[in-house]
Amino acid sequence: MIDLTTPIDVAIIGGGPSGLAAATTLKAAGVARVVVLEREPDAGGIPRHCGHPPFGAREFKRIYTGPAYARKLVQTARAAGVEIHCLTTVVQARPEGELLLAVPEGQQVINARRVIYATGVRETPRSARLLGGMRLQGVVNTGALQSMVFLKHMRPFKRPVIVGTELVAISAVSTCTHAGIRPVAMVEPDPRPTARWPFTLYPRLKGVPLHLNTRPVAIHGEKTVSSLEVEDADGTRRHIDCDGVLLSGMFTPESTLGRMGHLEVDPATGGPVVDQFGRCSDPAYFAAGNLLRPVETAGWCWSEGRRTGARVADDLKGKLLKGTQTVPVSVEGPVLKYVMPQRLNLKVSRGKDVLQLRLNDIAKGQIIATSGGKTVGQWQVNSRKERRILLAISRLDQSAITGPVTLTFTPA
Amino acid sequence: MSTSSSPYDVAIIGAGIVGCAMARRFTLEGARVVLLEKATDILDGASKANSAILHTGFDAPVGSIEVGCVQAGHEEYRQIYRDFGLTLDECGAHVVAWSDEEVAKLEQIQQQAVDNNVMDTRLITGEELRKVEPNLSDRALAAIAVPRESLIDPWSSPYAYLQQSLMNGGEVMLSCEVTGGRFDGNEWKLETTQGLVRAKHVVNCAGLYGDLVNSSVFGQAPFTITPRKGQFVVYDKAASRLAHSVILPVPTARTKGIVLFRTVFGNLAVGPTAEDQQSRTDSSIDTETLQSLMAAGEAIVPALKGMPVTATYAGLRPATEFKDYQISADAANNWITVGGIRSTGLSGALGIAQYTYGLYRNMGADHTALTDPAIPTARVLTDIANRDWKEKDHGEIVCHCELVTRREIEAALSGPLAAKSLAGLKRQTRVTMGRCQGFFCSARLAELTEGQFVIPMAEGVDK
Repeated sequence: MIDLTTPIDVAIIGGGPSGLAAATTLKAAGVARVVVLEREPDAGGIPRHCGHPPFGAREFKRIYTGPAYARKLVQTARAAGVEIHCLTTVVQARPEGELLLAVPEGQQVINARRVIYATGVRETPRSARLLGGMRLQGVVNTGALQSMVFLKHMRPFKRPVIVGTELVAISAVSTCTHAGIRPVAMVEPDPRPTARWPFTLYPRLKGVPLHLNTRPVAIHGEKTVSSLEVEDADGTRRHIDCDGVLLSGMFTPESTLGRMGHLEVDPATGGPVVDQFGRCSDPAYFAAGNLLRPVETAGWCWSEGRRTGARVADDLKGKLLKGTQTVPVSVEGPVLKYVMPQRLNLKVSRGKDVLQLRLNDIAKGQIIATSGGKTVGQWQVNSRKERRILLAISRLDQSAITGPVTLTFTPA
Repeated sequence: MSTSSSPYDVAIIGAGIVGCAMARRFTLEGARVVLLEKATDILDGASKANSAILHTGFDAPVGSIEVGCVQAGHEEYRQIYRDFGLTLDECGAHVVAWSDEEVAKLEQIQQQAVDNNVMDTRLITGEELRKVEPNLSDRALAAIAVPRESLIDPWSSPYAYLQQSLMNGGEVMLSCEVTGGRFDGNEWKLETTQGLVRAKHVVNCAGLYGDLVNSSVFGQAPFTITPRKGQFVVYDKAASRLAHSVILPVPTARTKGIVLFRTVFGNLAVGPTAEDQQSRTDSSIDTETLQSLMAAGEAIVPALKGMPVTATYAGLRPATEFKDYQISADAANNWITVGGIRSTGLSGALGIAQYTYGLYRNMGADHTALTDPAIPTARVLTDIANRDWKEKDHGEIVCHCELVTRREIEAALSGPLAAKSLAGLKRQTRVTMGRCQGFFCSARLAELTEGQFVIPMAEGVDK
């Protein structure tokens, strides 16, 4: 049970890089009681089961493996005076910072002046991919594989097919190698891998053939997986023999609490709607890290956590400005996937505030911001899909903004 | 096992929903019962996937065995569910007409309900419908409201039925496939993968394998099972607020059609399809069909567009060449066949068991019913009731999406019905059935279930 005799200033849902960074920053800013609520047995988040470097360059100017980095984050937070409560699940997030918790002793309700929602991301499972075939064991996401291998020293298969080529798929190959798993193939529906060169060399280096233009269709087998049926670009179907399927990437924010509760959720990012300070539709709630949008590195989330932590500290002191006017920001057209933040407080932004975007496809051209029929900003872009694009808010002509801001893409 | 001692009064083949209800009924009537199941876990065939609705029988064929069983089963469920701690969500249903043609059929459906003695249906306008179901598409023209159609837990209920049998002297043998048998005029000697089982009577409730079991013993069967596959899409829990009642289409001659329904676990689902096939094991799903189900769902409730999908699955219904249930007693052979329970088995199970016991009694067998049978406490897996995570000392929450505790998992891994497969554990606890489908808890589960499953979730890396 969490001690309720002293008021809780800030409760942070999720003890990963962004949550712990926010907590540490809040303590450093002099906030009295900061509580991190972590549902796993240990805090540290996803890096706890990423057995590979590099973690920590940005935060600690040193290179760690995931688990060592996670421990370092926890130590740093504890040393700053952050309370970390593990095996503590937030079941409901209610208006004005009231949280229903499941703790080992039963249920508990707590109230915090501010809540930072930092629940991260997960990969899309087989079901939500609408992947066909039989429902069998041995079909897992990378996150599950990594926790099996690095936390439990277990493996769910020996000869899987890896689906996807995001960076996480490359790290999955490394995890497999570590556990004596020999992936038989890596398949990618697109004509080119999603991860950047030279990471994409790694699977081949490990003897894992990469099949591009290859779409997974169905999982076959009676009691266990026997093959993955795939379709080539010309529609030809074939089976790849395997004993498991590793579904990597296609990250999606773990935004259930918002979806089930009162916070507005952006269907484009899958995360809560926030302003440039990370403030949600209920001003008692802020959000940080990969929950905001899929998906950035631990280091990026840590920075975001620090920034949000600082804003919440300001807010508690009454120093966070609401702005003279708040307008919605959205994307239009097939190329732009999302923009975050989705709301903008005008004329209060600081130098480093940015709009984060991603593309659905490779694109070269201009992103144009319009408001009330007028162009209020423009940026050149030349990017592949799933790459982060940052647009400085300072480049927007905020005095010309009269209403909702729409971002569109025009090819070069 | 009874090879050396006296024979059982009844051997029931197949621990599906019907077999579990059957074991309970015969036990309560005082018979010595053994339930034989070929899988490692109960409810592993047709019963593993259905739409979890307790029907009123309003739309069943008039005068059929089915409508009698469904109504008796519905009634008995209402009598026992509170004592068992089971769920009943009386959400009601609406048969919705989307075209003038369908509107014209509503009256006939209502008449059928009246003929089936379901007197509380009401014909309502599209406007009235949208008052109670505001998220329904405005293309809905009219509907019949069927108040007592309800939602139940499709696994905890049959588990509880079987538990009551076991608590009162019934027995169950798992991984026990019946491969043949002889009747000597007095008792059956069933050949099984667990050895010989002797019983005076046999009730065949083998579901998808019902005809094969009869064939293995008699060389023929009164019907042929043609499995009818039904695919389903389950949406995120956030979608459950988009519909209150069960939204039924105007049925065709062959199928009840695609239904949009909430579950007692707090999801919203759409399905099933009706695809006839030969395979009794192929419950595969396919992308195109799932997409068409989602399109069908969005046509009913437009706000479903963009709602995340939590689960996809397919079930196999044991359909036959006949429309009605195929329940028949072979008095000369002390054998009762209960087959063709193709889509209303969950609603009908308790009624089917009553009906079957009647046939059994007509064959001259009888017992003294138990006067004060022990009553089981069903697992509470629905958020309407008090889940284990709210109670102290639950250990830890292992499955975060469905809030399943370690204590619940440990309970499901012990006792005579201990889960021997991940699928069985899912049915008993709902682990990994939520939106992340095991992303967060698979590793912990693999650890907790080590040495318990026939097919392990994972093996030690050093092996």
